[in-house]
Amino acid sequence: MHADAFDRYYHAESPLHRLDPRVKVVLTVAFILSNALLPDGAWAAFGLAWLLILAANHFSRLGLDFSFRRSFIALPFALAALSAIFMPGGKPLAEWTLGPIQLIPTEAGLLRFASIMLRSWLSVQAGILLIAVTQFPDMIHAFEHLRVPALLTTIVAFLYRYLFVLTDEVMRLMRAREARSAALPGLKSGGTVFWRARITGNMAGQLFLRSYERSDRIYNAMLARGYRGQLRTLRAHVLTRRDWLILGLALFLLLFLQLLARL
Amino acid sequence: MLFSPVPLHIPDGFLTLAISLIFWGLTVVAVGMAISKTNKTLGEKQVPLMGIMAAFIFAAQMLNFPVAGGTSGHFLGGALAAIVLGPWAAILVMTAVVGLQGLLFQDGGLLVMGANIFNMGVLTAMIGFGLYRSVLNANKITRLAVAGAGAWLSTMAAALLTSLQLWLSGTSSLQIVIPAMLGVHAIIGLGEAIITVAALAFILQARPDLLDSQAVAEKGGRGWIYAGVLISILAVLLSPFASANPDGLERIAEDVGFLERGLAAPYQILPDYTIPFLGETALSTVVAGIVGALVVLGMIVLLGSLLKKKEA
Repeated sequence: MHADAFDRYYHAESPLHRLDPRVKVVLTVAFILSNALLPDGAWAAFGLAWLLILAANHFSRLGLDFSFRRSFIALPFALAALSAIFMPGGKPLAEWTLGPIQLIPTEAGLLRFASIMLRSWLSVQAGILLIAVTQFPDMIHAFEHLRVPALLTTIVAFLYRYLFVLTDEVMRLMRAREARSAALPGLKSGGTVFWRARITGNMAGQLFLRSYERSDRIYNAMLARGYRGQLRTLRAHVLTRRDWLILGLALFLLLFLQLLARL
Repeated sequence: MLFSPVPLHIPDGFLTLAISLIFWGLTVVAVGMAISKTNKTLGEKQVPLMGIMAAFIFAAQMLNFPVAGGTSGHFLGGALAAIVLGPWAAILVMTAVVGLQGLLFQDGGLLVMGANIFNMGVLTAMIGFGLYRSVLNANKITRLAVAGAGAWLSTMAAALLTSLQLWLSGTSSLQIVIPAMLGVHAIIGLGEAIITVAALAFILQARPDLLDSQAVAEKGGRGWIYAGVLISILAVLLSPFASANPDGLERIAEDVGFLERGLAAPYQILPDYTIPFLGETALSTVVAGIVGALVVLGMIVLLGSLLKKKEA
C-alpha cells in the first residue's frame, strides 16, 4: 500500500491551497461553530452558508461540486435525528399507527429535523474541503501553532505516518486467514460465530505484538537519526498580510450570517 | 472502507453548542491530565509507542468477522488499549484515533469531537481499566472474564452516553434512541468482548511480561477502580431503567430542572429564535456572544503567532 493511500489531499494551484493552514483550521472551526449557532429554520442564513461553501469550492479550483459529491458520508447518522420529526409541540401534520406505536409528525419536529440535517451537511463539507486543500503534515503543524499539546500532535503524526504500514499488516493477516479457510461452494465453512470472533481476537493480539515490536525498531531507528523527543518540520509557516485579510473577511461574513439569521 | 464499525461517531450539527462545549471541557480536562501523567511517568520512548499503538487501534478496527446475513462484527478497542497500555496512555491513543477519524475521514464532527473522544476514549478507558484493575491478582480466567465484561460494558456505556447527548440536544427522542442504540450495541459489544478476551489471551501467552500485575498496577492507581466500578454500576442501573421507562428519565430531568435551566429543548427555542444558553435576550446580547466567541478564536491565533515569534 502506498504511503498516501489514506490521504484526502487533492493537489491544485489555488488561493485556498496557498492559504496558511492555521487560517484554514480556524475558519473551518468558526464555520462549523456558526452553523451550530444558527437557529432552526433560518433558511436565508443556511442558504448563505451554502454560498460560502460554494465560494470555497470555487477558490479551491477543485470544481464547484467537489465537496457536494463527497458530502453524504454522515448520512447514515441521519437515522438518529429521524425521531426528532415526531417531537411533541407544534402543529401535527399526520397520524400514522404502526402496531402499538403511534407516530405523529409535527411541524416543529420536521423543521428541527431539516435544520439538523442542513447543519450537519454544511459542516461536513467544510471538513472535506479543509482536508482536501491542506496537506496533513501542514495541518498537524497548524495545530501545534494553535497550542495543541505537542505530545498529542506527535501521536497523531505517528498515527498518520504508520497507518498504512499497519493496514498492510492487517491485510496480510486477513489474506492468511482466507488462505486457510477454503470452502466448497454451497457448504458452510469455518466454526461458529463465537469461534470466528475468537480467531479475529487472536489476529488482533498478533497485530498488537507486531505493532509493539515495530515501535521498538522505529524508536531505535529514530534515535540513530538524532531524535530528541519532538518532530521537526522544514516548512516555516508565516502568516502574511493576505492570510490575515482573508481571515478577517471570512469571520466578518460569518458574523453577518449570524445577524441575518436573527433579523 | 469500514472506518465506522459502530454508529458512535456523532457528526457536526447533531449536538447543541452547549452540550458540545460541556463535553469538550470534560475531554480537555481528561486529556490534559493524561498528558501531564504520561509526561511524568513515561520517557520519550513512549511517544513513538503511543503513535504506533494509535495506528494499531485504527488498523485493528478494520479486522472483521462475518456474523450472519452479510453483516460483520467489528472492533472498537478502547477497553483493550486501556488494559495493555494503561488508562492515561489509552486516553491519548483514543483521542488521536478519534481525532484523525474526524479530521481525515469526516467520521465524526469537529465541534462535537469532544463528546466523541469522551464517549469512545475516556469512558471506555475508565470502565475497561477500572474493572480489570480491580481483579488484578485473581487467576487468569477471572481476569479475562472481567476484561470481557469491561469491553462489553464500555461499548454499552458509550452507546448510552451518546443517546443521552442526542436526547439532551433535542436531536432524538428518548423513547426511540435509547432502546435502538442499546439494542444494537448489546450485540456489537459481544463481538467486542470476545475479541478483547481473545487478544488478551494471545498476548498473555506470547508476551506475559507486558501484562503482569506489577506492570498493570504501575500504569494507573487504585482510583481507577473506584471510577470504573462506579461508572459501570451507573451504566448498568441506568440502561434498563432508561430503556424500560424513558418517560421516567425525562420526568427526572424535568424535576431536576435540567431541561429548562441549561439545555433548553429545541421546541422551546423555536418560537423566538434565541439560542439556549443565552436565553430570551435582545439581539445585542446574542451578537455579543458570537463576537465574543470569534474574538476568542482570533486571540488564540494571535497568541499562537506571538508565542511562536518569541520562541524563534
